[in-house]
Amino acid sequence: MEPMRQSPSPCSSRPSSPRTPPYETLGYVGIDAVLDQLKIKAMKMGFEFNIMVVGQSGLGKSTMVNTLFKSKIWKSTALDLERPIPQTLKLQSVTHIIEEKGVKLKLTVTDTPGFGDQINNDKCWDPILGYINQQYEQYLQEEILITRQRHIPDTRVHCCVYFVPPTGHCLRPLDIEFLQRLSQTVNVVPVIARADSLTIEERESFRRRIQHNLRTLCIEVYPQKCFDEDINDRILNSKIRDRIPFAVVGADREHLVNGRCVLGRKTKWGIIEVENLAHCEFPLLRDLLIRSHLQDLKDITHNVHYENYRVCRLNESHQLPRGPGWVNLAPTLGGPPATPRPSKVCQQAQDDSEDDEEC
Amino acid sequence: MAVAVGRPSNEELRNLSLSGHVGFDSLPDQLVNKSTSQGFCFNILCVGETGIGKSTLMDTLFNTKFESDPATHNEPGVRLKARSYELQESNVRLKLTIVDTVGFGDQINKDDSYRPIVEYIDAQFEAYLQEELKIRRSLFSYHDSRVHACLYFIAPTGHSLKSLDLVTMKKLDSKVNIIPIIAKADTIAKNELHKFKSKIMSELVSNGVQIYQFPTDEETVAEINATMSVHLPFAVVGSTEEVKIGNKMAKARQYPWGVVQVENENHCDFVKLREMLIRVNMEDLREQTHTRHYELYRRCKLEEMGFKDTDPDSKPFSLQETYEAKRNEFLGELQKKEEEMRQMFVMRVKEKEAELKEAEKELHEKFDLLKRTHQEEKKKVEDKKKELEEEVSNFQKKKTAAQLLQSQTQQAGAQQTKKDKDKKKLEAGL
Repeated sequence: MEPMRQSPSPCSSRPSSPRTPPYETLGYVGIDAVLDQLKIKAMKMGFEFNIMVVGQSGLGKSTMVNTLFKSKIWKSTALDLERPIPQTLKLQSVTHIIEEKGVKLKLTVTDTPGFGDQINNDKCWDPILGYINQQYEQYLQEEILITRQRHIPDTRVHCCVYFVPPTGHCLRPLDIEFLQRLSQTVNVVPVIARADSLTIEERESFRRRIQHNLRTLCIEVYPQKCFDEDINDRILNSKIRDRIPFAVVGADREHLVNGRCVLGRKTKWGIIEVENLAHCEFPLLRDLLIRSHLQDLKDITHNVHYENYRVCRLNESHQLPRGPGWVNLAPTLGGPPATPRPSKVCQQAQDDSEDDEEC
Repeated sequence: MAVAVGRPSNEELRNLSLSGHVGFDSLPDQLVNKSTSQGFCFNILCVGETGIGKSTLMDTLFNTKFESDPATHNEPGVRLKARSYELQESNVRLKLTIVDTVGFGDQINKDDSYRPIVEYIDAQFEAYLQEELKIRRSLFSYHDSRVHACLYFIAPTGHSLKSLDLVTMKKLDSKVNIIPIIAKADTIAKNELHKFKSKIMSELVSNGVQIYQFPTDEETVAEINATMSVHLPFAVVGSTEEVKIGNKMAKARQYPWGVVQVENENHCDFVKLREMLIRVNMEDLREQTHTRHYELYRRCKLEEMGFKDTDPDSKPFSLQETYEAKRNEFLGELQKKEEEMRQMFVMRVKEKEAELKEAEKELHEKFDLLKRTHQEEKKKVEDKKKELEEEVSNFQKKKTAAQLLQSQTQQAGAQQTKKDKDKKKLEAGL
């Protein structure tokens, strides 16, 4: 299987030909200088990215985040034995500004310790849904102000990485419940955690089974098929969809292997190199989340999930009683109102006959 | 009932240092690629008297021949003509809309000349606002028609601004980015030009007209913007005809006393205008339109409709009411439409029924007719049959009669021959 494009150039394609034939400019006008202007503006303003990691304790979520962003995002990983396992799900958020080659990124990572750890895990996804909707609500309130800010701070969750424990069998009921509910509100990227406990064949069959489960239950994880803009996107995204969920291993220690310093986990039977594609699929996850699809994640959150939330909110708020204190229209903890299937806002490629084969 | 989120105590954003290459430096490229695939929109409004050279300048700026007929001077009022074009350069697609003021400055009474212009600009803002307020909206694929830049063409009198210019610019300055330019600058001599420019700028300042300021906060463009703004208003010459200068062709205007080269910075400021308008500040113009002019319009409009944000204690979700009103209106319309459709359906059904009945009747009649003809034919056939049978029986009778006769004659003949034989025997026996 050939790796995804490692180059920083992202997934979007060549522009499709316009319907009216464009006027040919006879000589250089300089319209393409607008791209540089855009870049300068973007770099000055900086970027924002909000990621949420969900999974049971001990699956390596904090380590994974540290490995992804190559820094100590979390001061201490969850191996803190003094800290008891929380009795209820409490979300923890931390924000950092990281900079690389002049590009500033304000990164917010939200962790969910306690998810799925209790004996009775019923409705353990509600706080998570509530948090996500609360961010949408905040953005919506800012957007409908009369005098609004020039740049509304974006705290909406752009991507939710769901850690599936490496049982090797198939998705558990908790996983299914969570994925079903969340894939309609936020971009979900499932990963197989601690994949070093599975051999390559076991990983493949586990992956196939999970894909089969997702297909039968009509759960659309990122990259969603219906948002492929055109043929190039579709080709690229199909390759990704084929490998979802990625089997990842996280590590934040460096070891010496063949004279090189690599991030890895050292065991008695060998060193698992995190960035080696033959060992695990961490590079694919990193490329997807950061190098090629980050902007796409943000766009889909803004154009689809946020819009869906807004539609529901504006449609149902007339049911609320009027009066003072009528407002802080915080969403109920029971999750969002029945969201319609995300409307296909992107243009579809002409040949999308296979779009209807699933579900 | 917000979800409690724990945050670590030192919540101030810390700058974190990375210990390796993560890869998000490709973010600007990702963003740019997304924007490129969607294409860009740019809308220019050209305000100026008829014949001052607006269309020619546009042609020269974008190096294309946009087709348009020159306007007459007989327009009863000012009207705006918007034309959209799609230009492509390397991989950038630009949807350019050029709005022209036809008939500006031609009327005898020019009191209301500015009004159609202001109305047009407001209409574009309104359309965007409507789209933004919709419940189901698609903002990212919305064709932005808001005016991003207004090129105000000043007539090259050499003295000062006309009062029409001042009034119009004053009305437009809070709605659109105004870039004043001196048109047909080849009619002004160099020394006069300098005086003219300073006179114009001082008049604008003293009248409080806010023209577009080229941004100087970003280091990369601050310098060039600062040097260029000194030359405002730009004195431009437009030409689409090429003249041979030295050994190459250049856009120029040829006079008996010399050639005015459009792209020569000593001759006119066309190059500066192109730099500022397109190559350096196009994105900033769009941003200013969206964040300043559009927001101002939106705020005024919403306050006019009676909404306001109050303090955090009792923030009414004020757009609520618009939504509800709109919703009811929409539902009402929907019901009306449904009724209409139902009526139409019922009517159609009736018509079809009537038609069908007609057809049925006709069919019945036809059937009867056919039946009758069939009967008649049958009778005829039977008659013929009878006749034929009669003939046959007659024939049979005749045949039997004839046969009888024949047999009789045969018998008779036989008897006769027998008699003859007997006779002969008898004769022979004698």
